[in-house]
Amino acid sequence: MDNLLSIVTFLPALAALILGLFLRGGTEDADQNAKWLALFATSATFVISLFILFQFDPSDTEMQMVEQSDWLMGLQYKLGVDGISVLFVMLTTFMMPLVIAASWDVNVRVKEYMIAFLLLETLMLGVFMALDLVLFYLFFEAGLIPMFLIIGIWGGKNRIYASFKFFLYTFLGSVLMLVAMVGMFADAGTTDIPTLLKHEFASESFSVLGVQVIGGLQTMLFLAFFASFAVKMPMWPVHTWLPDAHVQAPTAGSVVLAAILLKMGGYGFLRFSLPMFPVGSAVMTDLVLWMSAIAIVYTSLVALVQEDMKKLIAYSSVAHMGYVTMGIFAGNQQGIDGAIFQMISHGFISGALFLCVGVIYDRMHTRQIDAYGGLVNRMPAYAVIFMLFTMANVGLPGTSGFIGEFLTLMGIFQVNTWVAMIATTGVILSAAYALWLYRRVVMGDLIKESLKAITDMTARERWIFAPLVVMTIWLGVYPAPVLDRIGPAVEALVADYQLAVAHGDGATQHANVSY
Amino acid sequence: MISADLNIILPEILLAVFAMVALLGAVYTEKDKLAPTLLWITAAVMAAIALWIGTSGSGTNEAFGGMFIDDGFARFAKVTILISAAAVLVMSQEYMQRRGILRFEYPMLITLAAVGMMMMVSAGDLMALYMGLELQSLSLYVVASLRRDSVKSTEAGLKYFVLGALSSGLLLYGASLTYGYAGTTLFSGIVQTANEGQLSLGMLFGLVFLAAGLAFKVSAVPFHMWTPDVYEGAPTPITAFFATAPKMAAMALFARLMHDAFGQAIGDWSQVIALLSVLSMFLGAVAAIGQTNIKRLMAYSSIAHMGYALMGLAAGSAMGVQALLIYMAIYITMNVGTFAFILSMERDGAPVTDISGLHMLSKRDPARALAMLVLLFSLAGVPPLVGFFGKLQVLLAAYDAGLIWLAVAGVVASVIGAFYYLRIVFYMYFGDERDDAVEMRSSPVLYGLLMASAVIMVVGVVNLFGIEGAAAAAAATLVN
Repeated sequence: MDNLLSIVTFLPALAALILGLFLRGGTEDADQNAKWLALFATSATFVISLFILFQFDPSDTEMQMVEQSDWLMGLQYKLGVDGISVLFVMLTTFMMPLVIAASWDVNVRVKEYMIAFLLLETLMLGVFMALDLVLFYLFFEAGLIPMFLIIGIWGGKNRIYASFKFFLYTFLGSVLMLVAMVGMFADAGTTDIPTLLKHEFASESFSVLGVQVIGGLQTMLFLAFFASFAVKMPMWPVHTWLPDAHVQAPTAGSVVLAAILLKMGGYGFLRFSLPMFPVGSAVMTDLVLWMSAIAIVYTSLVALVQEDMKKLIAYSSVAHMGYVTMGIFAGNQQGIDGAIFQMISHGFISGALFLCVGVIYDRMHTRQIDAYGGLVNRMPAYAVIFMLFTMANVGLPGTSGFIGEFLTLMGIFQVNTWVAMIATTGVILSAAYALWLYRRVVMGDLIKESLKAITDMTARERWIFAPLVVMTIWLGVYPAPVLDRIGPAVEALVADYQLAVAHGDGATQHANVSY
Repeated sequence: MISADLNIILPEILLAVFAMVALLGAVYTEKDKLAPTLLWITAAVMAAIALWIGTSGSGTNEAFGGMFIDDGFARFAKVTILISAAAVLVMSQEYMQRRGILRFEYPMLITLAAVGMMMMVSAGDLMALYMGLELQSLSLYVVASLRRDSVKSTEAGLKYFVLGALSSGLLLYGASLTYGYAGTTLFSGIVQTANEGQLSLGMLFGLVFLAAGLAFKVSAVPFHMWTPDVYEGAPTPITAFFATAPKMAAMALFARLMHDAFGQAIGDWSQVIALLSVLSMFLGAVAAIGQTNIKRLMAYSSIAHMGYALMGLAAGSAMGVQALLIYMAIYITMNVGTFAFILSMERDGAPVTDISGLHMLSKRDPARALAMLVLLFSLAGVPPLVGFFGKLQVLLAAYDAGLIWLAVAGVVASVIGAFYYLRIVFYMYFGDERDDAVEMRSSPVLYGLLMASAVIMVVGVVNLFGIEGAAAAAAATLVN
């Protein structure tokens, strides 16, 4: 199959189109049909995407399965995967059927809901596969529209505020990236990502309005991309949209947001910032590392005092993304391996945690921690699953959360021991907030009157969690399937990066001298 | 010689003759009863002439000693103008007829305005420029106050007339200064005097006054004050017309004047245009936030969009003109769709313009709400919709010309602007049910145009219907 990637990308959109054109919504039967069609389409996408995984050759560090055809304005429609992106594609196709299955109880505007999620899947897959700058931007930004609608239409009480904040915050970040992309096009004369990866952007220092910019054009481009990815990630201090969006979004929306959308920022750093602007990255590394360290400690502390379960998990996501940025900007093999691993594993774990909240929210319609307590008495199965993912979130050895945190910490220790030391305290703090949450919600006696009739998980809910449990433990015990696939690509990335930085250092220092 | 000249200007002559014959015909027969038929015939004639110009014209032809230029650029603009004018005419028929304001003069005035616009985009001389501009403006003053018994409509017409006259004065003053220092009114002559050295101070003055007069016509800040009031006061179909064809004509004239007459002094006017551009983008974005009347909102939206189009002009390159043309074509397509939506908003038969009436439209009329959603995101410039590609083009042109600050300002303004488009989405999709909701009138023409426009915004991502090639060719004839 020559156009495997296009098939995987556009299959969900095709299903959305069929839903939109041929299914009259409104009746209960029609709603049921919409759910089944969406589940079928996402599952089929996952099955087909397995071929990508099988065809993928880890030892080849170039782009694979590339498809290319002319597009408008002299741009290219070009898709491809390499070791960095292939697992994100798999993560997306893996999570989406679970997300649809978790939305089985939605009963408001079901058809539109399914269409929004199917379109979102297409756009997310496109982000990870696009090999043209403008095509990437198109997918990256377009994802805002369905997510805006998902939060705004199916969200909680304060959904309007959250949806607007989400949209405008991320939009502001990415338009600066757009200007940088225009600049890259003007400089390199192409929008082809593989060509740009080999293009060397100027790194001679110059001054803007009297301020000397070390690293020159590369630093400026880096900052513009950083504005976008840091918001998307999200990094402290531009993370404030995330807790609002998470709390207000419906469960499935939170899962997609935490499991996949947040990974776009990290992916962007690896695809653009580090390889294309190595000197700019090197100049800004200290700033990013300290921002990550602050994020880890600060948001962990904030998570500790949350009253709302989703908000707590949202802040914990920000803290975990702190490890990712730290690992990426450590700039060595362990750090970047760990960052990618952490992103994949966080996809499973945070997705599962939001689903855990969803399970009890569907029953009690509150996310307040004090409204619960002693759930273990009536929901033993839930207690076990919630415990597993709490432990994975803490980074207990044997779960996938441990591998990612450990690798990133190992990577950063070689670069900056102070940051490593501060970040390690985050491990302790994460244990504190996660275990405390678990104690307050699940342990103790069941004394609340309202909880006396609560029922344990249904078969559907158990089946949704099963694949996540398997992945979390499997990757925790045997991380090689992930590391083997990303290893060669990361190795090449690190080698190029180190070389360019060493080369660029000379250039910037030379510029400094002559200044 | 004269027959060759007339041959070149034949489309304009035909359209003008058609207007006069139809006018006389209607006067001596059934007057207003004939209006609907006349309107459809006019639209058909315009479409036919657009087709003719689009398919037959080739090369650059000059008539009347260079006063009238027929080149690729003019043809691109003329086709856009005629098609959008025809679309607006067709859109307005039912609306105006039901409200008893469909007079037979209406299609004729629009036709005469279109003739004026065609003159404008082909002008090769300051006098031809002024003639075209005034023919257009005088027709527009009258249609703005078409609803004679409405205070708002007459106020709009009067306001437009007074301010329009002021701007014409500015423009004429600029033209006279330019003539005084250049010794000629021909663009091809003016450009040579500038070529022989720096632009003299007098010429610079003339240039600035000319630019001010034209900025008024494209409603660029700080000459935008009339726009919201006129948009609000005029009957909605007229507003739709104001937002489309005249903007294209004025923008094309602006580009032609700057490149043909002052093409050697790009550095001088580029900064003036850049300032107009940045002010328009920000004012358009910020001032629209507080609007509840969708027509006023669209007025500010059009101010902001003119800012982006001017960004293309400020680049001062062929790429910039190409971006300007593409941007305007996309802008007009979006606006036709949006106004088709606004025209069908009503309650108990009366037109409604309050956006809060759109509460939960997505429940009552999902198809229209979805089409409007697409148009709004496209207006905001969010990918993957076509509006984004217009923005991308002007950004590329501006960056290429070294106006990086302008590009950054533009994207920041677009984020602010996104807010008010989202607000309409909010009303349509997130709001609560209320009883003062609008009804959407089911008119096949409006529905068709709305859907066509929305579909173009989506499908255009795959292929822009060859418009980029046409715009590139058009831009190449203007800038060389």
